[in-house]
Amino acid sequence: MSTAACAGVRPDSAHPWVATPATIVRIDQEVPGVATYYLELCDEKARSDYRFQPGQFNMLYLPGAGEIAISVSGDPAAAGPYAHTIRRAGNVTGSLWQLKVGDKLGIRGPFGSGWPLGECQGRDVVLVAGGIGLAPLRPVIYSLSKWENELGRRVLLCGARSPETLLYHSQYLQWIEAGWQVETTVDRASPDWNGHVGAVTLLLERLRSVDASRAVLFCCGPEVMMKFSAMVALRRGWSADRIWISMERNMQCAVGWCGHCQWGPAFICRDGPVFRYDRIAPFLDVPGL
Amino acid sequence: MAGELADSSSRKKEALFANREEFARIVPLLRERGYAVIGPTIEQGAIVYAPIDSVEQLPIGWTDRQEAGMYRLERRADDAWFGYVVGPFSWKQYLFPPHTKMSESLLTAEGWEFRAVEDDAPMYAFLGVRACDLAALAIQDRVFMNGPYVDPVYEKRRRRALTIAVNCTQAAPTCFCASMGTGPHCRYGFDIAVTELSDGFLLEVGSERGEEIVSGLATSAATELQMAEAHQRRARAVAQITRKLDTHDIRNVLLSQLEHPRWQHVAERCLSCANCTMVCPTCFCCSVEEVADLAETRVERHRSWDSCFNWNFSYMNGGIVRQDIRARYRQWLTHKLASWIDQFGVSGCVGCGRCITWCPVGIDLTEEVAVIRGEAT
Repeated sequence: MSTAACAGVRPDSAHPWVATPATIVRIDQEVPGVATYYLELCDEKARSDYRFQPGQFNMLYLPGAGEIAISVSGDPAAAGPYAHTIRRAGNVTGSLWQLKVGDKLGIRGPFGSGWPLGECQGRDVVLVAGGIGLAPLRPVIYSLSKWENELGRRVLLCGARSPETLLYHSQYLQWIEAGWQVETTVDRASPDWNGHVGAVTLLLERLRSVDASRAVLFCCGPEVMMKFSAMVALRRGWSADRIWISMERNMQCAVGWCGHCQWGPAFICRDGPVFRYDRIAPFLDVPGL
Repeated sequence: MAGELADSSSRKKEALFANREEFARIVPLLRERGYAVIGPTIEQGAIVYAPIDSVEQLPIGWTDRQEAGMYRLERRADDAWFGYVVGPFSWKQYLFPPHTKMSESLLTAEGWEFRAVEDDAPMYAFLGVRACDLAALAIQDRVFMNGPYVDPVYEKRRRRALTIAVNCTQAAPTCFCASMGTGPHCRYGFDIAVTELSDGFLLEVGSERGEEIVSGLATSAATELQMAEAHQRRARAVAQITRKLDTHDIRNVLLSQLEHPRWQHVAERCLSCANCTMVCPTCFCCSVEEVADLAETRVERHRSWDSCFNWNFSYMNGGIVRQDIRARYRQWLTHKLASWIDQFGVSGCVGCGRCITWCPVGIDLTEEVAVIRGEAT
């Protein structure tokens, strides 16, 4: 697997381990246990140099608590502040949760490979998201909503545990107005839920509006969900080299040195997190890799 | 074998000879030039690489006896200075230290300020680098310096370090550098290369810095007899290498055998102690730890060696990915011998045999690979 060139521009730092300060300028509570933090880089030059590709991530650093890889979930065309949607899960995210607007933290990035937007040219595009897996895909929605070149159908298939955990649901109408077909499903319905119930792969199974043989699929969510989404897509006539998934592992350095995120031949931080399915399919089937 | 002589004689400088007394001056000479000399010396019953200020601290007259899971020092019949192979240390101790302070954060009135920590390591002169370890240095160069990002700690130490290589004149049963194409003859990547003779040392210069050091010693052009003796001694090491690893198509062989029953077999013997990764001269996995003062206003980030054999190494939100020893040994071996090639364009193994010697239960990766290839049972 070749070293993916860092497509984004990272703040000028001679030392890849050292963070640059950023201020929290806004916090949006999204769904229970998930919030979006908008970070503004403090240094003016870092701010003007910073660019990211949809699907790339930053390392967010809270001294004393540690560092964590969080994908950028905002609009790549906006000059900042940069949105990071975080689910409260472990030590570092738990500490981040205590922060308020005006507080500062450290940021390193962007790192990793992005979603290959160029592949969408002239094709139908299907995004399959599970839970917080929608966060790294949202920059794709922003980018393709403004796409000026030829584009086919745009579809977002979105799964969540329950109706109240459907991420960014207040934006769905906006996306539909921008031309997206948005389909949702939940694992556990509430009494007032009229939508689909079941795995997001069922939506993909039933999807008839796209030409699978020419469509692009970007998928992000739990590993098992991505594996089954790819299986369904292949069965539906997708070509394995038009499916991309975004992987997750523990990352401590983000630059291919600490070894934690190794997965088969890849460093997920450096060669991923976004992988073309046909290149990594054999490794998805190996437990404990 | 003729090629071997031709290769060394084709260097810009002809081989030089220094007697023992003269060569002994190299340590003070290096120290005068500001180098901290690191060389082989005996500590706790093993030959390790540590600071030395005189050749008297070398393991003169000692040798090492190594087997899978066994290491002993023994007296030699002669007073050779370099009459042993490699021990539990490698030069990565000095270039990629086991513990390093990487950065620090200070809480100021304006919030957190992040700073790099200036590495204050001395300028090292490595005395006694074997061919396998020269290859290991070149591999770690690829990891830390030749990618899109450069590790500042490694780079600064590496660029300043002077490398004095020593050609092996004997091999241990654990050595398999010939299979990995790394040794035993030192052919590149040194400032000075030394072959020990019965009455002194044959010196080859590999760089201008090496030239400058050698010019400070009283040397003479090596005689044909001395060249022949050096050749014969190096050939003895070649002849003593018996262990083999078949590297043909090894990347595909291993990555297509991720469910081979042998992984379970080795898991039943492996203690997951991480010794192999600690002694390996190329293993680079590390973890970063937060070290805060009591008020949490000054927080340092410390990088320490870690190992894919440690149970929590693959921990992520949701649990541990490599739950059993089978998965961890498979990760180590397939990374070292297969996926390293994807990542860095070369194998991660140099054939030094350290992981075989220092495995408490004597697991031998060459044997594991042979079984997975179907060549042994």
